[in-house]
Amino acid sequence: MSIDVKNLNKKFGAFVAVNNVSFHVKTGSLTAILGPSGSGKSTLLRIISGLETADSGEIHLTGAESTYQSVKDRNVGFVFQHYALFKHMTVAENIAFGLNVRKRNREETRERVQELLHLVQLEGLDKRYPSQLSGGQKQRVALARALAPRPQVLLLDEPFGALDAKVRDELREWITHLHKETNVTTLFVTHDQHEALEIADRILVMNKGSIEQEGTALDIFDHPASHFVAQFVGETNYIEASLCEPELVCWGSFKFSVNGYKMGDKIRIYFRPNDVYVSPTPETLQVKGVITETRFRGPLIELTLDIGEDKFITALIPKGVALASGYKKGEEVFLGITAFHSFRV
Amino acid sequence: MKIQFKKHSVLPGFGITLGFTLLYLSLIVLIPLSGLFFKTSQISWNEFWHIATGERVLYSYKLTFGCSLIAATINMFFGLLVAWVLVRYPFPFKKIVDASIDLPFALPTAVAGIALTDLYSVNGWIGKLLDRAHIQAAFTPLGILIALTFIGLPFVVRVVQPVLQDLDKAEEEAALSLGAGRFSTFFRVILPEIWPAILTGFTLAFARALGEYGSVIFIAGNMPMKTEITTLLIVTKLEQYDYAGATAIAIVMLLVSFALLLTINVLQWWSRSRHTFTTAQELQ
Repeated sequence: MSIDVKNLNKKFGAFVAVNNVSFHVKTGSLTAILGPSGSGKSTLLRIISGLETADSGEIHLTGAESTYQSVKDRNVGFVFQHYALFKHMTVAENIAFGLNVRKRNREETRERVQELLHLVQLEGLDKRYPSQLSGGQKQRVALARALAPRPQVLLLDEPFGALDAKVRDELREWITHLHKETNVTTLFVTHDQHEALEIADRILVMNKGSIEQEGTALDIFDHPASHFVAQFVGETNYIEASLCEPELVCWGSFKFSVNGYKMGDKIRIYFRPNDVYVSPTPETLQVKGVITETRFRGPLIELTLDIGEDKFITALIPKGVALASGYKKGEEVFLGITAFHSFRV
Repeated sequence: MKIQFKKHSVLPGFGITLGFTLLYLSLIVLIPLSGLFFKTSQISWNEFWHIATGERVLYSYKLTFGCSLIAATINMFFGLLVAWVLVRYPFPFKKIVDASIDLPFALPTAVAGIALTDLYSVNGWIGKLLDRAHIQAAFTPLGILIALTFIGLPFVVRVVQPVLQDLDKAEEEAALSLGAGRFSTFFRVILPEIWPAILTGFTLAFARALGEYGSVIFIAGNMPMKTEITTLLIVTKLEQYDYAGATAIAIVMLLVSFALLLTINVLQWWSRSRHTFTTAQELQ
């Protein structure tokens, strides 16, 4: 039930959709492929399913070579962004489709359909047609249909992309539940980082056809491996500077200790808004900033700070702290940066 | 009790558009048709029955309805195939092939009839070949079938083509990923979705064939009890100034055609409403 992908390549004309991609998905895991649109993530998923063929490279499903198998023989469950339910069939007929084409006996099929209706919490809707269901219900039928023939792996292509925010949150939670219950190896594609960070055991971050980083949500959020990951995952600020002393980057009155750079290198320092420490008094902080905007973000307050030289950064601080300190637009504050990452430009 | 058939709508003009529709329908369709009944009512019921069920007339019904049905069926399969190829595959001169589908619409039917007769007569290009296989096309029911197939082709193609074009590719991919082969995917997923369109095309081709005159009379040879179609009988009667007789046959044609078309429409309505019916309550 594992997925192994080795040196996969795919071009559409001159456009490189998948560029020498290799990775391994463990049996029973829930893995996300995260990337912006056009990063090749859907193409990668479609190649694994067999709906698209690779130019070169290998795919192994459950240890067996599947590179040249047809979709029909791969036994993968595939869920589409826009559900792709069979409009002329009822919910029950949709779910039974994969069993019927495999010529399973009727009794067995009926039991399996009931079992799945229960699993996706749609009992009693078995005689409805897809046009009589809401978006969330449709996607659950699509999941049940994909799971019915007991696939080796489950592949989801932007499964929540077409749903509204509230239903998406519900389904997201529900799918982690479903995954725990069924334990089917699941690979899903998304452009929504919250989705990936929240529910995936492991995340593959893709950009321009290549995998930029692979790891747990924590790895990717706290230790981005490249410019792209630092910018794409989570909110971030950056400033560009160079070494003023060996192992020290200076920008205005900011100082960052780094290593591995030469004098004259252009260096970009990334830091997250929640790693900006703001205080109304100097304390040990040297750097001054002016609040140009405050924005309410639920439990947090977002401050936009002018730190000079036309550079604006954002800081996220707990609402309570912000209210106690009485931060207002136009006020001068002192700030420090508690964590950062640096990359050569 | 007041029967309310007008639902509240934000779009104005219900009254005037419905009024115009009814007026137009009356002028163009209903008044001429009722004229038909009026004319027929000049003869007695016995006379009517005698004319409408004469041996020669009965045979022409059989020939007309039979050939039209077979021609529409051939067009159903062949039209689906043409639509499929036009939608699914790129090939050279596709635009020209696509445009030529409409030729039977545009060509005067008499021209089509003469061209077909010329081709299929014993000395014609195709007729020569068929003659070698001892098949005679022109001046036989087979010739009528060829003419009716020719004029009916565009209907199925033009009705099925847009539906096939709009088919969700993902549904097919879903079927494949669920383990269905090409055949199962076609018969279980694609065909049920385009079936209403195929049926519509079939109905149109059938209706067109029933009333066809121009293209058939040349190739048919018009031998009584062999290759004489009903429309020709009607024209023959008109030429003999037997208006009541002509309208009597016409009324039989009208009623049978209407019954057949209504049946097909009901079938279609039934198959469509089965899976598209939605109400607000059901969505919750």
